[in-house]
Amino acid sequence: MCGIVGLLVKNPALRSQLGALMVPMLVGMTERGPDSAGLAVYTAPVSGRQHKLSLYSGENQVEWSLLLERIAADFAHAHEIAAHGNHAVLTSAADPDLLVDWLGRNAPMIAVLSVGQSIDLYKDVGAPADIALRYGFKSLHGSHLVGHTRMATESAVTPAHAHPFTAGRDFCLVHNGSLSNPHLVRKRLEPLGIEFETDNDTEAACRFFEWRLREGDDLKTAVQRGFSELDGFYTFLMGTDQELLIVRDAFACKPAVVAETDDYVAIASEFRSLAHLPHISHASLFEPKPEEIYSWRI
Amino acid sequence: MANLRPVPEAREFDLARGSLRDLNLYLHKQAAADGVSQIRVKNPDGAHSIACGLNADLDVQIHGHVGYYVAGMNMHATVTVHGNAGPGAAENMMSGRVHVRGFASTAAGASAHGGLLVIDGDASLRCGISLKGADIVVGGSVGSFAAFMAQAGRIVICGDAEEALGDSLYEAVIYVRGRVRSLGADARFEPMADTDRAAVKNLLAQSGHAHDPAEFRRVASAKSLYHWHADANQEY
Repeated sequence: MCGIVGLLVKNPALRSQLGALMVPMLVGMTERGPDSAGLAVYTAPVSGRQHKLSLYSGENQVEWSLLLERIAADFAHAHEIAAHGNHAVLTSAADPDLLVDWLGRNAPMIAVLSVGQSIDLYKDVGAPADIALRYGFKSLHGSHLVGHTRMATESAVTPAHAHPFTAGRDFCLVHNGSLSNPHLVRKRLEPLGIEFETDNDTEAACRFFEWRLREGDDLKTAVQRGFSELDGFYTFLMGTDQELLIVRDAFACKPAVVAETDDYVAIASEFRSLAHLPHISHASLFEPKPEEIYSWRI
Repeated sequence: MANLRPVPEAREFDLARGSLRDLNLYLHKQAAADGVSQIRVKNPDGAHSIACGLNADLDVQIHGHVGYYVAGMNMHATVTVHGNAGPGAAENMMSGRVHVRGFASTAAGASAHGGLLVIDGDASLRCGISLKGADIVVGGSVGSFAAFMAQAGRIVICGDAEEALGDSLYEAVIYVRGRVRSLGADARFEPMADTDRAAVKNLLAQSGHAHDPAEFRRVASAKSLYHWHADANQEY
């Protein structure tokens, strides 16, 4: 069992309240996912050639300002870092692939959680309320987000196994359910040079969709292909810099409810995570139908 | 002669202020003793297992949306949800009446033995799965696998049905008014008899849904799965 939450604000005036609206949604899914939680939030994109890297050091103490100095010594670009305990967002005009390589070689204790121009990513083990407090989720701004509370069934409880999973740029996915053929998917993708970071079933789905996006599919087409490639139970919620998308497998064993108003689209595994939202009594409520793709653009 | 019975009182629970456990304890242990037969529940906000396991002639009115298992295992009570219901509404109901005014999620009425479940809106997948004798009336449409392995009871579907309606049915009977995307293994359309039309008329009247019973089709088991066929090659 796991909990998923998603929120996209249509009314730009609500972007400053994105985190505050979301925290009760995430905490509301604690019973479905008490062991870890995570969140991808999409902000206004950084400009030009800049990218953002969400970095996570776990138990390791990292002196982020020193890290920034070391990066500046090797990359002649503008960089800045916004640190929050064991989490930091590095904004840099350097090639993000080169930066990820550099971090792997020079700072292997740091995990790169996401790369993109809009996405910031947080995930950790612990109760959702504690994680929300730890990373200041309440004060996050942005246009949309994808969140998850995890009750591990398929693999270990570690920050790396927590959701959202990311691949490529500005793409993330969370999953409620379990896939039965993740190893086959992985065997298919690895010869294409696609590298995996964990043994988690959800990572296979995330990398499959991202591979299809790089091959030229739009997200809906990629998800459509997933119907025949991914076997198992799932409610997937995905984000790109422009879009929020939800899909359930043909048996729809894993729940989801959508609430839509003129101001927002809110998605959760259960209504109890939506009950606090403004004007919820006037929202249009529905459950996504099996193998139907629902998406909203910012 | 004057009626000396005390007038039954109504009682209100606000789940935004009080606990779900207090509500269910009251419904189980106290309501009948207090002579309270009407209970109004405010702000359910998707909570699970509201009014589960009731065993008395109570009238529970829930104003808002509920989560999993509302009125599960119900006996005798009338439970009305003025909103939508999560998975497993009225699962294993034994008797009484459960009325969901909005839509119901998966497995509504699963394994229900008796009583009447009314869903005014749509029901999601697996409505009436393993039904064991209850009646279900769905005002809207049902998702796939409705009445899967249903053993006894009746399901009236005023709208459409998705895939595999009545798969592996036993003795339960389905009446469907709209389009059926596909029938499940061993389910078949059968002619409507006068008794079928009377049954549909009666269930529609009980549930407050006005349709002409003549518009409904009967789906029941062809009973070809009742006995083992060695040469069936497991291709059902």
